[in-house]
Amino acid sequence: MRFVVCVKEVPAGSSRRAIDPGTLRLRRDGDCELNAFDAHALEEALRLLDDVGSGEVVALSLGPPRAGKSLRRCLALGATRAVLVSDEAAAGSDLVATTAVLGRLLERERPDLILFGQQAEDSDGGLLYAAVADRLRLPAISKAGQLEIVDGKLQAWRSTEDGRELVRLPLPAVVAVSRAANEPRQASLKGSIEARKRPLEECTLAGLGLDPAAAGERGSRTVVHALSVPELARGRERFEGDAGHAAEHILAFLTARGVLET
Amino acid sequence: MRWLVYVEQHGGGFTPGSVGLLSWAARQGGSEVDAVACCPGATQAAEGLGGFGAARVFAADDMRLGRSDAQPHADVLAALLAREEFDLVLFETTILTSAIAAGLAARLECGLNWDLTHLELVDGEILGTRLALGDSVSVKVGWQGSPSRLALLRPNLFAPAPAPVAAAGRVEPLTVELEEWSQRIEILARAPYEEEGGRPIEDAEILVAGGCGLRSAVDLGLLAELAAVLGGAVAVTMPLVDRRWYHHSAQVGQTGKTVAPRAYIACGISGAVQHRVGMQGAEVVVAINTDGAAPIFDHCDLGVVGDLYEVVPALTALLRSNS
Repeated sequence: MRFVVCVKEVPAGSSRRAIDPGTLRLRRDGDCELNAFDAHALEEALRLLDDVGSGEVVALSLGPPRAGKSLRRCLALGATRAVLVSDEAAAGSDLVATTAVLGRLLERERPDLILFGQQAEDSDGGLLYAAVADRLRLPAISKAGQLEIVDGKLQAWRSTEDGRELVRLPLPAVVAVSRAANEPRQASLKGSIEARKRPLEECTLAGLGLDPAAAGERGSRTVVHALSVPELARGRERFEGDAGHAAEHILAFLTARGVLET
Repeated sequence: MRWLVYVEQHGGGFTPGSVGLLSWAARQGGSEVDAVACCPGATQAAEGLGGFGAARVFAADDMRLGRSDAQPHADVLAALLAREEFDLVLFETTILTSAIAAGLAARLECGLNWDLTHLELVDGEILGTRLALGDSVSVKVGWQGSPSRLALLRPNLFAPAPAPVAAAGRVEPLTVELEEWSQRIEILARAPYEEEGGRPIEDAEILVAGGCGLRSAVDLGLLAELAAVLGGAVAVTMPLVDRRWYHHSAQVGQTGKTVAPRAYIACGISGAVQHRVGMQGAEVVVAINTDGAAPIFDHCDLGVVGDLYEVVPALTALLRSNS
C-alpha cells in the first residue's frame, strides 16, 4: 500500500516571521524546518505502513531547492523515498496554483492514501487538503486521528463542529491529520545515516508535463496588493520578574482596571 | 455587483456568525446580496433571511447535506455558480466552510482569500484585508483571472442585525445533484463532545484559560483554584480538548465558543489566531507565558513573562491572603 504525505517547509520559529517588502512574499532566507503539523501526518503514515506490513511511505513537497532539507528529515524519520517539485516558475503559487502542481504529482504517484498536516504554521488556512481532494475527486476528512486500514478501507475518528465521528472511506482518500493524533518519533542517528541512501527525486514543472503558466503568480487566482503594520488594540504592558512580584502586579492591575474590588 | 453569503446550520438553526455576515454584507450597499442555505429543512428556515437583507435565498433542502462532509455542499454551490453569476461568495470560517470553499476553489479554479477581517470596494475592485503572521502584518489581498471570488471571513466578526428595511428574501429551491465521489464517506459511530462539569464559560465575568503551556490534565487544577478564588471559570484552547484533557463546552476559539468576560487570564497560551478570535471581546486580557515572543503578548493588556506553574499559584495564594 502506498501512503503519500504532503509536507511543507516553513520558516523556523513560527511566532515571529517577516515578509519581504520587495516581493511581498514570506521571507525564506532564514532558518527553515519541517512544518510541525506535517510531522504528525508522517508519523501516522509510518504507523499505518507498519500495520499493513508492505508498501511505502512517500514524502512530497513543493518548494525551493533547499526544501530538500525537510524531505531529508522525513527520510530520516522513516519515509521510503521523497519527491521535491522545485521550479522558479512555481514561486508564489496560491491555493489554486499549488493544487494544480500537487494534483499532477499525485496523479503520477497513484497513492492509496494521501495525508496532510492539519495546517501549516506559516499560513493558517488549513485548506490545501480539501482543494487537492476536490481536484482528484477523492473523499476527504480532516482533524482525523486513530487511523486504521480495515478490509482495504480507511477507518478513522474525526472531530467536527457537532462532535466526534468514526468514519469509513474507500481508498484512495485524503486525510488531514490532527495534531492530537500521535506523538511524532525523533530521528535516530541510524535513521539519518540510512536516509542518505534513500532516493530524493527533484523534478520541475516541465518534468510533470505542466505549463509554467499554470503555477506561480501567473497560475494564481489571488494577489497580494500591499502590506502594512496594523495598530494593535491593547495596551501590551509587559512585566518580567519573580512569581511573587508578578502576582502582586497582576492583582494591582486587575484592581486598577476595576475587575477586582479594592 | 452580486454577492452570495453561505449561511451555515448546526444543531437546528443558522449560526449567528453566518447570519451576522449576511446582515453585514447587505449593509454594504451597491450590491444585491443573496444567501444560500444547504441543509435539511433549508426551505423553511430560509424564510426569515429576508429580514437580514437577503434579496433571494437559494435553498438546498436535502438530508444528505446534514452531515459534516464538505463535498456535497461544494457540489451544490458549484452547480449554483454555473447557473448564476456572482462576483463574490462569502463564508464565515468554520471547519466545514473552510473545506467547502477550498474544494470549490479547486473545482472552479477561482481565487480564495481566507482569514479576512474586512472587505471593501476600491474603484470598483473588491479588496480584502487579512491579518497575517500572528496579526503582526496587515495584508491587502485581491482576486484575479476568474469571474468568481471566494472569501472566508474570520468567525464572529458581525452580530446578526435585522435590515432597516427587510429585503424580499424570495426562497428559490435548488435541485440537489451530488457527485458520486462526494458521497463515499460512511459514518459508523458518533460521540458527542462531553459537556459535563465546570461552570459555563459564557456566564463567567472572569475566565482563567489554559493552553499548551500546561504539562498535564491534572495541572488544570491550578487554574481551577485560581478561578474559584476569583469567582470565575476555567476555559481551554483547542489542543487541550483534542487531548481530552477538558470538555469541549469550555473551549474558546474558532471551533469552540466566543466569550466576552471582564477579564481573560491566558495561562500558557501562545495566542494562535484560531484561539484569539474567541476571546478578543474580553474587556481586559492578562497573559502569562514563559515565551516572551509568543503572539499573545501583542494581544493583551498586561503580559507577564513567567512560568504559569509559579505565577498562578502565587496569585491564588495572594488573593486568598487578601480575602
